[in-house]
Amino acid sequence: MTLLNFFISGISLGSIYAIIALGYTMVYGIAKMLNFAHGDVIMVGAYVCFYAVSRYDLPPVAGVALAMFVCTLLGIIVEKLAYKPLRQAPSLAVLITAIGVSYFLQNTALLLWSSNPKVFPSVVGRGAIKLFDGQLSLSHVTVVTIVTCVVIMICLTWFTGNTRMGKAMRACSEDKGAAQLMGINVNATISMTFAIGSGLAAVAGVLLCSAYPTLMPTTGSLPGIKAFTAAVFGGIGSIPGALLGGLLLGVIEIFAKAYISSQLSDAVVFAVLIVVLLVKPAGLLGVQMPEKV
Amino acid sequence: MTEPILKVEDIHVYYGSIHAVKGISFEVNEGEIVTLIGANGAGKSTTLNTISCLLHPSTGSVSLLGKPLAKTPPHKVVERGLAQVPEGRRIFLQMTVQENLEMGAYTQTARGASGVAQDLERVYDFFPRLGERRRQVAGTLSGGEQQMLAMGRALMSRPKLLMLDEPSMGLAPILVEQIFEIIADLHKKGSTILLVEQNAQMALSIASRGYVLETGKIVTTGTGEELLASPAIKKAYLGGD
Repeated sequence: MTLLNFFISGISLGSIYAIIALGYTMVYGIAKMLNFAHGDVIMVGAYVCFYAVSRYDLPPVAGVALAMFVCTLLGIIVEKLAYKPLRQAPSLAVLITAIGVSYFLQNTALLLWSSNPKVFPSVVGRGAIKLFDGQLSLSHVTVVTIVTCVVIMICLTWFTGNTRMGKAMRACSEDKGAAQLMGINVNATISMTFAIGSGLAAVAGVLLCSAYPTLMPTTGSLPGIKAFTAAVFGGIGSIPGALLGGLLLGVIEIFAKAYISSQLSDAVVFAVLIVVLLVKPAGLLGVQMPEKV
Repeated sequence: MTEPILKVEDIHVYYGSIHAVKGISFEVNEGEIVTLIGANGAGKSTTLNTISCLLHPSTGSVSLLGKPLAKTPPHKVVERGLAQVPEGRRIFLQMTVQENLEMGAYTQTARGASGVAQDLERVYDFFPRLGERRRQVAGTLSGGEQQMLAMGRALMSRPKLLMLDEPSMGLAPILVEQIFEIIADLHKKGSTILLVEQNAQMALSIASRGYVLETGKIVTTGTGEELLASPAIKKAYLGGD
């Protein structure tokens, strides 16, 4: 039963990684860049929700909606100001810019909200569901996190598979030049991708801080890096890969914490990543399409 | 006299300091197949990309149905009635055949789902192979089928002018013939086509008119038969003696 408990916490943590990883993977897929500021968007989302709920007494749902709105806007603005002018620049320049944006967001948060940790109020309460005579306990946060992740995955899969905009996003991620020749506005599509990724980051931020209630300006960076790892693990650019990578990463991390050592858990996670990349360089679900002649 | 579909007037195009196109002028009238032939680096693709507004001429102008195309963003050019089948096909390999065609119809929002469905059926009638494989991922198609898909995809935008960039490139000789038959057939069914080719023999055999490009300039022009018969052309491009 403890095993099952650990497994469920792993899936729950993994769901958060998966939601963050989606942002990395979608942006990478379409803009071929690693948006290292993505983790900090999570932090901004969490702060917005924190202030909305605990200072202005908005209902949690409104807090989450506001956080999503602010982050979506933030994602679009960051893309317009920082990344769009570098569309033709070498990828290293874009990468450094992304790191710069990451520090900019962290330091702005430091100025605005100070470095004192805030205790995040859980948006779904602190209750738990007890099963099997109390041997298995599922906190509300865990349940909501897993359900949210599933719903987001279903919506995104439907969106990219069935809508005009979603298909245009896939077309752009394969070949921007050809997509342009179809009449697709590539810049608008990239903007849209940043908007979706950042909106999801806000959700992830709220879920993360509901489960681990310490909120600081650096709260987003480690989960951001881990979610990036999850995206690479699953195959960067692939939406199902982000889910698989996120879940595996969460489960491995929790099991490593429980059975090996909590200090070593991150090392174990990254060791597994290295092994996977040695065997499958494109990640678990990554594709490398050969050219037909 | 009716307005030509496409009119290119004295365009000069630079890549940095390289003067790739040095004053090219030509036109394409409704119902014609016009071909631009020439060796590698003659400026054929540059000309095509300039017409598609992917590149901008430093001087000169391009107009479509009498209206200048200058400063149109590339994705708006499609709405104006230009479709380009790019060099190397550039189909979306990870999407299905049908999704590729739907992307071709991206600008056709005014026609609605039923209009697009009609156009899909028209393309499938024309390319039955694509119809059989509509649910298949495009990366699994053979090279010839991929070229058909690239052409079908361009037709989905209901272009007034269809521009083909090296459709024979990288295909086996038997497929090359098949692709040219398809182009001739499209022309018969009313498409106006601008064809850029290195395979001068094939291109001229189906073209109404041709222009021969050499290092960024038009050196000769004439009808398809005239150019095929011209001794200079034979010597330079057709490997004759």
